[in-house]
Amino acid sequence: MSENFAAFAYLIAAVCFIMALRGLASPVTARAGNVWGIAGMAVAILTTLMMPGVLSYTVIVVGIAIGGAIGTVTAKKIQMTALPQLVAAFHSLVGLAAVFIA
Amino acid sequence: MMNPNSIVEAATKLANQATQMAQDAASLANQATLLTQQTAGGGSAFISLLTVFVLAVFVGYYVVWGVTPALHSPLMSVTNAVSSVVIVGALIAAGPAGFSGAKVMGFLAVVLASVNIFGGFIVTQRMLAMFKKKQK
Repeated sequence: MSENFAAFAYLIAAVCFIMALRGLASPVTARAGNVWGIAGMAVAILTTLMMPGVLSYTVIVVGIAIGGAIGTVTAKKIQMTALPQLVAAFHSLVGLAAVFIA
Repeated sequence: MMNPNSIVEAATKLANQATQMAQDAASLANQATLLTQQTAGGGSAFISLLTVFVLAVFVGYYVVWGVTPALHSPLMSVTNAVSSVVIVGALIAAGPAGFSGAKVMGFLAVVLASVNIFGGFIVTQRMLAMFKKKQK
């Protein structure tokens, strides 16, 4: 039962991500699309935290807090003209994360 | 040697063993049924995964083609943020209690993916705010 619930929640998260990309079809809907993306990510993370094997919540929360702080500060302080380079740098970080996961 | 009591005892033991084996067989049959039910309706797990992949390819292709050229930079930024959904794998790796190498790797991956999530969505927000002023 819990497995079905998790699979269903991941499906909802996937739909949210697709709606996020759809929001970029026009500038009017683009900002709402960003919110869809955030919602989908939140659903996926919360569902995973509720899974039976995930127990060490302190470690995880500390990790998210550290990463979130670095990301927020960096994204807010950087100059507008340097934004594409920042996106590229972030891409490399998530690739490194995928390597660690593997 | 063969007195009625020992025969009765032996028979009772045999009957208990038979009951136990019947129960084991029943639970095995239940498990087998559950396993076959879990693989989607008669097909193998590979086919259902392949189905999801093919549909995802189509959805992704048409959704991305629908993005106006002016919004391609925010597209790069938001797809970066969404790709950090690999944090799900990192959470599962960092999840178990106790200390292990996998857990350290998972923790590092959680930190990196969080940088990406928070940073990515905020960067996208900044880019889109810039757009909103121009289009007005």
